[in-house]
Amino acid sequence: MSILGNRVLRREDPKFLTVGGTYVGDIPIEGALHASFVRSSLAHGRIESVDLEEAVAAPGVVAVYTAADLGLAPLAPMGLLNQEMKRPLLAEGVVRYVGEPIALILAESPAAAVDAAEAVIVDYEPLEAVVDPSQALEGGVLLFPEAGTNVVFDLSSEEDPELFSGCEVVVSQRIVNQRLAPCPLEVRSAAAEMVEGRLRFYASTQGAHGVKDELCSALGLPPEQVHVISPDVGGGFGAKGGPYVEELLIGWCARETGRPVRWTESRSESMLGLGHGRAQIQQVTIGGTRSGRIEAYRLSILQDSGGYADVGAVLPFLTRQMTPGVYDIERVEFHSRSVLTNTMPTVAYRGAGRPEATAAIERAVDCFAAAAGLDPAEVRRANFIPKASFPHTTAMGTEYDSGDYEKAFDLALEMAGYDELRAEQERRRQRGDRCQLGIGLSSYVEITAPVSGGEFGAVEVRPDGKVIVRTGTSPHGQGHATAWSMIVAEQMGVPLEQIEVIHGDTDIVPRGGGTGGSRSLQLGGSAVHKAAVDVVERARRLAADELEANPDDIVLDRSLGLFHVAGTPAITKSWAELGAASLEREGEPLAAETDFEHPGSTFPFGTHVAVVEIDTETGQTRLVRHIAVDDAGRIMNPLLAEGQVHGGVAQGAAQALLEEFVYDTEGNPLTTNLADYSFISAAELPSFETAFTETPTSRNPLGSKGIGESGTIGSTPAVHNAVVDALAHLGVRHVDMPATPERVWRAIREAKGAA
Amino acid sequence: MSLELEITLNGKKVAAEVEERTLLVHFIRDVAGLKGTNIGCDTTSCGACTVLLDGRSVKSCTLLAAQAEGRQVTTIEGLSPEAGDGSDPAASERMHPVQRAFHENHGLQCGYCTPGMVLAIASLIDEAEPGTLDEEAIRLGLEGNLCRCTGYHNIVAAALAAARQTGAARR
Ligand code: FES
Ligand code: FES
Repeated sequence: MSILGNRVLRREDPKFLTVGGTYVGDIPIEGALHASFVRSSLAHGRIESVDLEEAVAAPGVVAVYTAADLGLAPLAPMGLLNQEMKRPLLAEGVVRYVGEPIALILAESPAAAVDAAEAVIVDYEPLEAVVDPSQALEGGVLLFPEAGTNVVFDLSSEEDPELFSGCEVVVSQRIVNQRLAPCPLEVRSAAAEMVEGRLRFYASTQGAHGVKDELCSALGLPPEQVHVISPDVGGGFGAKGGPYVEELLIGWCARETGRPVRWTESRSESMLGLGHGRAQIQQVTIGGTRSGRIEAYRLSILQDSGGYADVGAVLPFLTRQMTPGVYDIERVEFHSRSVLTNTMPTVAYRGAGRPEATAAIERAVDCFAAAAGLDPAEVRRANFIPKASFPHTTAMGTEYDSGDYEKAFDLALEMAGYDELRAEQERRRQRGDRCQLGIGLSSYVEITAPVSGGEFGAVEVRPDGKVIVRTGTSPHGQGHATAWSMIVAEQMGVPLEQIEVIHGDTDIVPRGGGTGGSRSLQLGGSAVHKAAVDVVERARRLAADELEANPDDIVLDRSLGLFHVAGTPAITKSWAELGAASLEREGEPLAAETDFEHPGSTFPFGTHVAVVEIDTETGQTRLVRHIAVDDAGRIMNPLLAEGQVHGGVAQGAAQALLEEFVYDTEGNPLTTNLADYSFISAAELPSFETAFTETPTSRNPLGSKGIGESGTIGSTPAVHNAVVDALAHLGVRHVDMPATPERVWRAIREAKGAA
Repeated sequence: MSLELEITLNGKKVAAEVEERTLLVHFIRDVAGLKGTNIGCDTTSCGACTVLLDGRSVKSCTLLAAQAEGRQVTTIEGLSPEAGDGSDPAASERMHPVQRAFHENHGLQCGYCTPGMVLAIASLIDEAEPGTLDEEAIRLGLEGNLCRCTGYHNIVAAALAAARQTGAARR
C-alpha cells in the first residue's frame, strides 16, 4: 500500500511542541554585538546632516556607520526593471520612504544599540512626497529625478478601441487591491560571524542559497567564503524571499569588525522594514452577450512599487499571465505600469501577483452578471475553459497544463448548498431582515513554480541503514521533512523514522532555489523522488553483485525494504548492508544527487464559496462559512495540503474584510504595529469546509501542483463578492476592500440615498 | 536600578540580579536561557510570549519580571518535561494532552505561535467549567493569540479535541 496520499502526521512537530523551534534569535552566539538602525521619519527628503556625536559616545556603543562608511555599490534592480533606480544599502543623500535605514549602530547590548539609535539626530530638507500611484505616474514628484520618470516597469501597449465592439453588455469597474503587511509571526532576524576566515550567516529566510548569492554580490565575496544557515523560520509568506539591506549589512558588519553581530527587529520596525504586498489599482472592463457569454476583457493596472524597485514592481508580469483566469475569452487585453511612491517597497506576498489577477477577473465576472441580470454561478459555468481543451493556451499565451474547472465548481456548489443559500437569501430580502446574507463565488486558476530554475535533491544510505535526504527547498512551516520522507519511503521501502531531511545549509546542500511560488513539492519533491529512484537503481546493481545475480533479476520488496533475487525471497540484502557494501566495494557511499529541471509551471485551480452575514444597520460583516474546493493535482498528504489551504483562506479573507496598510497623504504610515494593523484573529473566522479534486499534471513525476497559495488566491474574491452580493438588492454594485463596517455602512447609505 | 529576583521556572528556582525594567519574557529568554517562549510584537497583541503564571496564562511581555517574584512560571519547556525535547519518539508519547492534540490535528506549521497557543489553550481548558467549552468560546478565548500560518482551523480543532479529553468540552 502506498504511503502517498495519506494523512501522515508531521515528524517535525514534537520538537516545536516540547521545547519550541530554534529561530535565528534563539541561536546562542558568544560575544555578539547587537545592531540597530536609525530610520527615516520622513517619506521624502534630502538628508542635510546626520549628527552621530551623542550616539558614538553612548555607553556600550562600538561603532556607528552611515552610507559614506560602507564603500558598497548600490543594489541594481532586477533585469526587467528601470536600471536608473538603484538602491543604496543605507540612504545616501535622499530618503524615499518612512523607515528607510540611514545609519547603523553596533553596541554591546540590544538596549544600548536602540538607545544610541534614538540619540542620532538627522536633519532633513523635506521634499514633496508622492503616495498615490496615479499621481506618481503623472511624474510631478520624482523619486529618482535622473530617471525622468517614476515608472519602473511598463507592460502597457496601445488599447484596442474595438475590443468591446459588438458586446451587448459592457461593464467597467475600478478596484483597489490594497496594500497589506505580510506579518510572519517571526519578524526579521539575522546573525553573522567570521569562522576560520569565512562569513557564517544565519538567516530567517525562504531560501539560504538566494541569501548567499546576494551576500556574495553585495559584499563582493567569492561563494566559498560564505556559509548561510537558515534554521527554523517563523513564517515567510513571500516577504522573506530574499535578504533585505539590513541583513546584507549585518554580514558586512561581521567582516568589518571581526566580531559576531546580531539583529532582531521589533514588530513596529518590521511593519516599516519587511516588504509590503499587493498594492495594485485596477481598472477592469468586461463585455459579452445578454445571455452571459463573455467575449472581451481588459485589465489595466497600476502597481505601487514603493520607494525602490523591489520584487513588487515585477509582479504584474505574473498578473498578466493569469488575466483571463478560468474563462475561455476570445479578446483579452492587459496593461500595467509599476511606479515608485514614497512608501515601503512592495515584495511578494502569498500569491504574489496572482491573487490580484483573480481578484480582478472574479469581481469583473460578478459585475457582468449583475449588469446582465444573471446568476453569477451560471455565468461562470457558461464560460469555463472546457475540460477537453487542455493543455489550453490562453489569449495571453499562457499554457495551462491540465484542468477540470467544472468538476471543482460543481463540488463547491454542492458542499455549499448553493440553491438553498440563494433561497434563504431571498427570504431575508423579502422580509427586509436587518441581517442580510451574501454568497460569493470565486473560480480561480493560478500558476505554481512560476519562475524558471530547477531544484536539487539528494539521497544517501548510511551503513547503519539511515537515509539522509538533502533538498534545496527551504520550509518555514510547510512540512517538507514529512512530505519528502514520504516520497523517499515510498520509493525505497524504508520507514519514515529512518529518514532524515536536511535543508537550509549551504555547506551541506550545494544548490537550491528555496521555497516560494508554491514550487517546493513539484520541483524539490520531484528532485528527491528522482534521487530516490536513482539510489534504488544503484542499490539493485550492488545487490546483484552481492547476490551474484543479474541486476534485472533483483527486486526490491518495498514492504520490507529488502532486495532479493526474483523467486528466492529468503536470501536478502538490506539497505544497511548495501550502504556498507557500497563503501567497501566502491569506496563511496550509496547515494544519488540530482537536479530536477524546471518542466514548466503548473496551474492549480478551484472554486471557493464564501457566505457572509451583514448587519445592514451597522455594516458589521461576518464570514460565517467558507467552502474551498482546490485542485492541486495529486495530493501527497491531505493533512498538510489542508493546512496550507486553511492558512491561505484566512489570509485571503483578511484582505477582503480587515487588513490594510495605510499611509496618510504625506507618506506617514498609520498602521505601524499589531494594535493598529488588523491582523485577523481566531474570533473573526469560522472553521472552513475544504475538499480536493485531483486532476494530475504531467509536468512532474508526482503529478502534483503547488498548494501553498491557492487558499489566498481563491478566498479573497469569494469573500469580497459575498459582501457585495449581500447588498446587491439595495443597489450596491461595489465596495472596496477591506470591507470594514464603516465602508459597508457608507455603501449602504449611498445606495439608499441614490435610490 | 537593579534588583534581586527569584522565580520558580518550570519547577526550578532561578535567582538573578536584573534591571528593574526587565520584562518577564526577557527574564525567561535571556536570564534563564529558555528560548521556547517567543516574541512576536511590541504592543501585547500577539500572544507568542504566553506562559503560565501560577497556572494561568499571561502574556509574559506585559509583566515585569519583578511581578513574578516568588511565583511559579511554566513555559512550553515545562508543560510536560517527561516528554523530552522531541528527539525521542517514545518520550514524545508523554506530551500533555494539548500538545498531543496539536500534533494529531496538525495545529502548527512554522511553530512560532505554538508555545503560546498551547499554553493559552491548556489554561483555557483548565479554567473552563466542565462541559462548557465550544468552538465559539475557544475562538473568543484565543483572540489574543495570533497565528499567521494555520488560519486557526486546526488550532481550534486541537483545542476541542483536548477539551473533549478532559471533559471541558461542551457535551
Ligand atoms: S510578544 Fe507578548 S503579546 Fe506579542
Ligand atoms: S504556526 Fe506559524 S504563526 Fe502559527
